[in-house]
Amino acid sequence: MEITLRVNGAEHRIDVEPRRLLSDALRHDLGLTGTHVGCEHGVCGCCTVLVDGEPARSCLMLAATAEGAEIRTVEGLAAADGTLHPLQEAFKRHHGLQCGFCTPGFLITALPIYREAAEMSDDELREALGGQLCRCTGYVGIVEAVRAAAAIEDAP
Amino acid sequence: MKPAPFAYHRPSTREEVDGLLAELGADAKLLAGGQSLIPILNMRLAAPAHIVDLNFLRDEPGQPVLEDGALAFGPLVRLRAAEHSPLVAERLPLLAEVLGHVAHPAIRSRGTLVGSIAHADPAAELPALLVLLEGSARVRGAGGARTVPAVELFAGHLETTLEPGEWIEEIRLPAHRGGAFEEFARRHGDYALCGVAAIADGGGVALSFVGMGPVPLRLTGDVADAVGRLEPEDDIHASAAYRLHLARRLGERVARRALEAA
Repeated sequence: MEITLRVNGAEHRIDVEPRRLLSDALRHDLGLTGTHVGCEHGVCGCCTVLVDGEPARSCLMLAATAEGAEIRTVEGLAAADGTLHPLQEAFKRHHGLQCGFCTPGFLITALPIYREAAEMSDDELREALGGQLCRCTGYVGIVEAVRAAAAIEDAP
Repeated sequence: MKPAPFAYHRPSTREEVDGLLAELGADAKLLAGGQSLIPILNMRLAAPAHIVDLNFLRDEPGQPVLEDGALAFGPLVRLRAAEHSPLVAERLPLLAEVLGHVAHPAIRSRGTLVGSIAHADPAAELPALLVLLEGSARVRGAGGARTVPAVELFAGHLETTLEPGEWIEEIRLPAHRGGAFEEFARRHGDYALCGVAAIADGGGVALSFVGMGPVPLRLTGDVADAVGRLEPEDDIHASAAYRLHLARRLGERVARRALEAA
């Protein structure tokens, strides 16, 4: 079936089987391989994208269901000239990644909340990020990075 | 880890859903949030010939509405919308507390209340809450609509009493201020080894447990009696004896909190 996906502000017309998962449509049909695929049943979180502004598992959504929604992936974070998004810069500075497999999911999950993260308690922030699994066990750096991102953004 | 092929249907009205289910029969599955169904499809635990996607129904409310002293949730009200709903905060704060324990924000942003009830997983929180509050489901099909009280809705593990061709178009939870919920999971967001919700009921409390038998029960009387009626099973995560221990401890705690809140 032909569907139109709106990803990072651009529209893409693609021909997919109805069973095509959004994660696979992003990676294989649109070539946006920044969205990673781990468990494919919603547990690990590395395929998380924003659907109409809210984090959602792209492996638990049919591409067809995503038609009409505003999708944002990790490719939509950095500026066109390659300048990192403040959240990405914070992950770099605070050792928020090691192998990088879980990173797209963490960045996308943190995107709607990082402006408030400095005021969140450790419990609240860890709860908000709790649906993401890091295989390198680098959670301390990740939490520090999310907390620091707003300050990096606001720095002159 | 990919779904088997299926034919895809995208109805725009509830009547069209009735017609599709009448025509396609047991080969069709309804898709709303997909947070239970898609994993099942990905793992090929099920391979329905038809998927009926409810996400394109027109004019469906995304928020609960108040009707006759109850909160009514249509088929596309997401868990996250209910969790942050001002109406829920005012009329049924227990629901917001319970929803905070359902998986993770990225799951709650898609999953629906009606879908969780229709899935009828006794390890899920919402079926227990529906039973505890003596809520109901509005069920419909090509033959008409009817209201099914919560206590008559669940037939067993992942099984409801719906007839072929019927589907749930709405669930209703009576407004209630107070109540308490606790659960124990190895990691927050995992299925709980045991959970329990309680509300004040007459002079005592009513309790409903999560993950402690094939269907959620509404239990009144003292906590020890209620726990005595539970039938949890041993599995890889915990023994039945340990689950009963949790039920007693959590049950006492929520019963106390529910009475204090009343």
